[in-house]
Amino acid sequence: MADLKQLVLGRRDIVDDSDAEHELPHEFMTVNMGPSHPAMHGTVRIVLTVDGEKIVSGDVQPGYLHRCFEKESEHATYTQIFPYTDRLNYVSPMINNVGFAMAVEKLLGLTGKLPERAEWVRVIVSEVSRITDHLTCVGASAMELGAFTPFLYFLKAREWLYGLLEKVSGARLTHSYVRIGGVNKDLPEGWLAELEFNLDKLEREVMVECEAMLNNNKIFRDRMAGVGAMTRQEALASGCTGPIARAAGVDYDVRKDYPYSVYPELDFDVPVGTTGDCFDRYLVRIEEMKQSIRILRQCIARIPEGPVVIADPRVALPPKRDAYNTIESMIRHFKHIVDGIRVPPGETYSFVEGGNGELGFFILSDGTGRPYKLYCRSPSFVHLSTASSLITGHLIADVVPIFGMINMIGGECDK
Amino acid sequence: MSQKVLDALLAKHGGAVVHTESVHGDEVAWIARDHLLAVATWLRDEPTMAFDSPVFVTCIDRLDWRPVGLPPSAAWTEERPRFEVCYQLRSSTHRHRVRLKIAVTEKDPHLPSLTGLWSGFNWQERETFDMYGIRFEGHPDLRRIYLYEEFVGYPLRKDYPKDKRQPLVRRDDLPVNPIRKS
Repeated sequence: MADLKQLVLGRRDIVDDSDAEHELPHEFMTVNMGPSHPAMHGTVRIVLTVDGEKIVSGDVQPGYLHRCFEKESEHATYTQIFPYTDRLNYVSPMINNVGFAMAVEKLLGLTGKLPERAEWVRVIVSEVSRITDHLTCVGASAMELGAFTPFLYFLKAREWLYGLLEKVSGARLTHSYVRIGGVNKDLPEGWLAELEFNLDKLEREVMVECEAMLNNNKIFRDRMAGVGAMTRQEALASGCTGPIARAAGVDYDVRKDYPYSVYPELDFDVPVGTTGDCFDRYLVRIEEMKQSIRILRQCIARIPEGPVVIADPRVALPPKRDAYNTIESMIRHFKHIVDGIRVPPGETYSFVEGGNGELGFFILSDGTGRPYKLYCRSPSFVHLSTASSLITGHLIADVVPIFGMINMIGGECDK
Repeated sequence: MSQKVLDALLAKHGGAVVHTESVHGDEVAWIARDHLLAVATWLRDEPTMAFDSPVFVTCIDRLDWRPVGLPPSAAWTEERPRFEVCYQLRSSTHRHRVRLKIAVTEKDPHLPSLTGLWSGFNWQERETFDMYGIRFEGHPDLRRIYLYEEFVGYPLRKDYPKDKRQPLVRRDDLPVNPIRKS
């Protein structure tokens, strides 16, 4: 009897055909991905050279959200720069606020002299921001890979946390809450209990369910595992930090390696991956959220009472009541607002662990109330520079998880 | 914190180091431009240094530098080089950091690129070129990164007015978005 396939298909099995002999003529094609592409989040363009579906080279072009942050900062007083820093990494603005304030405090010689409660409040808002950052990154990436439910759950949880930060600062997204020498105002009454309640809810309702939906989801894992892998050496040589470097096995977390604020007193672990692919980056972020929750629980239990801003009249604004009632305080208030905080001449580089990695500020002061030069070392920019080599050799569809897990935040990358 | 880095650097490359200082806990070494590559290669490959990770590159423009509270001699003068390029390096094994500074004149703003040693400097050097017009010799792909090729001037230089506007006029003679063929 004749071969079944021969009988039905009229030819032998397709496997028997040698692809090499039947290769179709092809040429490279140039495809513009972005800037107006849903997976590019509207702020970056990749000029892809593709061979069919395979990426031969990709030229990543940032800059669509460039807002002249550094130039504007040179013309603003130190206090006026806080709103600009909010717009750097706009899913975790509190960490940017803290990072910038710490750099200025280092120049002023105030590091370690802040009221204790101010340091704890800064750590609390930073860790809440870190959770919102990771929730957004993981949620959006899952959604781009077709898992819409975790996205909605994560964003729901993010809204709880944004609500809490809004109660603290008055703004949902652009908080401008931190001040040089402390924070703007104390936490509202009952806020810590509410935070505790929301953390429980986040852990019980959102994390457990979303992990159940994603961790062993075949589609999710197939799209993430083995995609966009980076070795430890590559991660170091390209300057990667944060979850991307840790997924590749670089045990580096500013909170542990160069401890600042009250982090040395807190008990937490730094997750480190092995394969350095997108799935490890996802796992690192999930674990970091759990560690942040752990940090926050310790903070809630241990935060001391006291003032939240330093009493030093050189940096702190006088209380509103005094500013309206005494001439000395009014003059001080006026000098603060018009001249800015006088920072002694000098330069410094200060860095914190941002949502994406080492977020640093290099400030050169000439002794006036405005920085002579301010440079922001944005982790997103450094990470995005590796994107071109990560996507080369992969399929166009793989750009989406790779780009999602790099977690490029336009405001921070483009400055 | 890592004064021993500066000491070792002075012992090994005394001729290349113009001057060292420690400011606010950061170690700074001024390196002569011609020796930068040799010093940087040594910093990366020497096991006791092991600077395996780049942190940032930026540039300081001293054109308006008249610090308050310092003697007038600290101010910038025509004779001094106008630009300072700063490279910050980090070692993951020893946890120390160092900042290399290279003085570059306004007339001839170039220095060797360190992209060949640390790939992470690629975009950061492009950013410094884009914003300050510093040319990094030997950079594989030195073109503007945030701004477009038609942009005239270097916006973070002190003589570029903050409120200056310029129209985007398309020019065909510039290498707009060249795509690397590999």
